Amino acid sequence: MLYIAQTALELGFVYALIPMALFLSYRVLDIADLTTDGDFVLGMAVSVSLAAAGHPFLALPAAMIAGALAGFVTAFLQTRLGVPSILAGIVTNTGLYTVNLMVMGWSSNVNLLKQETIFSLFRGTGIGGAWYELIIVAVITLLAAVILIWFLNTRIGLSIRATGDNKDMVQASSINPGFTISLGLMIANALTALCGAVVGQMQKSADINSGTGIVVVGLACLIIGETVLGRKSIPRNVFAVIVGSVIYRFIYAIVLKTQIVPIECLKLVTAFIVGLAIAMPTIKGRYLLEKQKAAAKRRKGGLK
Amino acid sequence: MLRLENISKTFNPGTVNEKKALSGLNLHVKKGDFVTIIGSNGAGKSTLFNAISGGFYVDEGSVILGGRDITFVPEYKRSQSIGRLFQDPLKGTAPHMTIEENLALAYLRADKKKAPLSRISKKDKEMFREKLSLLEMGLEDRMTQPVGLLSGGQRQALTLLMATYVIPDILLLDEHTAALDPGTAAKVLELTESIVAENGITCMMVTHNMNQALQLGNRTLMMADGNIVLDIEGEERAGMTVTDLLDRFKNGAGHEMNNDRILLS
Repeated sequence: MLYIAQTALELGFVYALIPMALFLSYRVLDIADLTTDGDFVLGMAVSVSLAAAGHPFLALPAAMIAGALAGFVTAFLQTRLGVPSILAGIVTNTGLYTVNLMVMGWSSNVNLLKQETIFSLFRGTGIGGAWYELIIVAVITLLAAVILIWFLNTRIGLSIRATGDNKDMVQASSINPGFTISLGLMIANALTALCGAVVGQMQKSADINSGTGIVVVGLACLIIGETVLGRKSIPRNVFAVIVGSVIYRFIYAIVLKTQIVPIECLKLVTAFIVGLAIAMPTIKGRYLLEKQKAAAKRRKGGLK
Repeated sequence: MLRLENISKTFNPGTVNEKKALSGLNLHVKKGDFVTIIGSNGAGKSTLFNAISGGFYVDEGSVILGGRDITFVPEYKRSQSIGRLFQDPLKGTAPHMTIEENLALAYLRADKKKAPLSRISKKDKEMFREKLSLLEMGLEDRMTQPVGLLSGGQRQALTLLMATYVIPDILLLDEHTAALDPGTAAKVLELTESIVAENGITCMMVTHNMNQALQLGNRTLMMADGNIVLDIEGEERAGMTVTDLLDRFKNGAGHEMNNDRILLS
């Protein structure tokens, strides 16, 4: 049981970087950025390839830069070339498949056998005992969260937030929305790639298909976090994604253990829950309208 | 201050929806002018403002502001020297951000050199508080509340403050009190007058209230069919009544004024 909790915490923390990235793109900038799946693999591919070459530390910033570049391509497509934002993400995502294969030396799978990773190096220091993996991922994710919160309250961060909140106003404040969208998406995708980079070194392998559906899981974590902690302030929102991610991984672990739902069906279940959660306001509105209609009908009936 | 030379704009050219919104319009607004603008529905008033602020590039002619040709300068860059208020009070502020965060954005225009990674300082907050107290709406005590909680009038007053935080070369007011209730509208208009007068801001204001058009400012333009058909100031304007104005419009435009909102107000 403890083992399950430990694994869920580890995965919850490391994968929290995805909903954190989605918080920035989907909630703050109000853009559905679908670069995520391919971008995650890109980070993983860069990280594992560099670790294989003996640079496990350099691997993380390198993966983030690669992710930021992917984000820039998506942003460039939508801000300069007028490609609708969802399509821009899909186009980049598709292109990334080839790029990722290239990074991995045209192979669909790269493994780290004896090479050092940040995890193996940290394990060598003996700090944290059996919990060393959790310590690393928690530090990385919390650091990213603190920096993101700090950043969103700087002048440039305020400009990015305003871009998603009221684009007219941003133009009138002499801020170039093309610039703020690009910067926001670059940061979001750097976070996604960082997630891939850490996961890659943790599991000591990179697989070309490991990113499939990760954007939906990320959205699920984002929504779980918001449901639990609400959407009140930036710090709260950012920490909510970590909470959401940990909860999701606990649910995942329990399902895995108890087999309530066959594990092969988990993606379908996740997709269903995410679809439902995002549709909730509309469903609620519809329900209220029907209730109102029924009440009006009753009143009319009473008049006869 | 502002010079428009022979500007034209046609929307949807070559289609059945083709609309010549501005046709060879010339205008010179002097520094310190407060110009009121009235006109029929679709006369091109808002289009004129968009041509000035850069919502689109004009097909022909040139836009010169403060001696600089800005004909092909993008909107966000023009915003550094143009302040703008719309009819919709929701357009000028970011609802999910706090009052002080909104003001900090307006303040960005002041100091482009200020480090992009700097945060709102204590000194900034004091300055915001001081400015907000001038509105006499109690907003200075609600600086950490999201703007979405304010009323339309409060939001418009805040937008006005933001648009004039850094004194713009020209302030464009597009029926900015039309969507407010009469009491709030009067209050926002009063604020507008005092801020404009105090800072000697060059200002253009679209209105559908004929009396207002004659009372406010020092110059009145009437627009019809994408051009200016009447431009009065000084003594000629001082002695004018609304009836005179409508007559003059008919002579200038060749048809009666047809703005449903003007007729109703």
